[in-house]
Amino acid sequence: MAEPTKIRANVAGDSTEVKVLMNHEMETGQRKDAQGKTIPAWFIQTVTATHNGKTVLSAQCGPAVSKNPFLAFKFKGGAKGDKVQISWVDNKGDKRTDEATVA
Amino acid sequence: MNANRRDVLKTGGGVTLLTLLAAAGWLQPGDALAAGWNKAAFDTRTMDETMKALGGSAPAQSKDITFVATPEIAENGAVVPITVSSAIAKTEAIAILVEKNPNMLAAMFELPAGTEPSIGTRVKMSQTSNVYALVKADGRYYVAAKEIKVTLGGCGG
Repeated sequence: MAEPTKIRANVAGDSTEVKVLMNHEMETGQRKDAQGKTIPAWFIQTVTATHNGKTVLSAQCGPAVSKNPFLAFKFKGGAKGDKVQISWVDNKGDKRTDEATVA
Repeated sequence: MNANRRDVLKTGGGVTLLTLLAAAGWLQPGDALAAGWNKAAFDTRTMDETMKALGGSAPAQSKDITFVATPEIAENGAVVPITVSSAIAKTEAIAILVEKNPNMLAAMFELPAGTEPSIGTRVKMSQTSNVYALVKADGRYYVAAKEIKVTLGGCGG
């Protein structure tokens, strides 16, 4: 249902730089629609990043994270051809996992 | 058989089942579903409450936490880029908190050994406010603050 996560992973010296752009509304639950009804909160709650199966980052997000969440981080090691995987779960139980190859 | 089933549905059996499930805690619309999501911490409104929910003591001010590539003035409160770097040894986690948002905690990142203590993301800010970078290192908490001015709020829509 949700659109794919964009992942870019590049070797930078002795570490790997990862940039992630997830596709998600990140509705806060604070906004109201034209009829004055509150739009229910809908946001990513947890994000896990793995490098060749080993967790390199686990994040917990609140609704204050911007729409289409962006993440940038670096981990030591990593070589061209390695796999970086990003998974997220939102507050409705929706999930998505995407994979990228380190370049 | 079929007629019976329809009767049950008509008399509201379905509704009763839903109510029961809700009462039993099976169905909690809008509630935390993701495992490992600290609901208590994301519900807090003050730094003290947040620290309590995280199970830590009052954080010490630290000059070793820096905001990198973070604006002084954000034109659009819906998208405020924030990068936090920690130079504290054994940094285990970094959290970003916005003082004047409805709930302070925006995001929390756990960094396993081998991941550099620097995280970039984008958050929403309802108004001009202090932004706190909270760092957990070796079991202790450290904090640094930066005021970001917001020209257009990102929460009211």
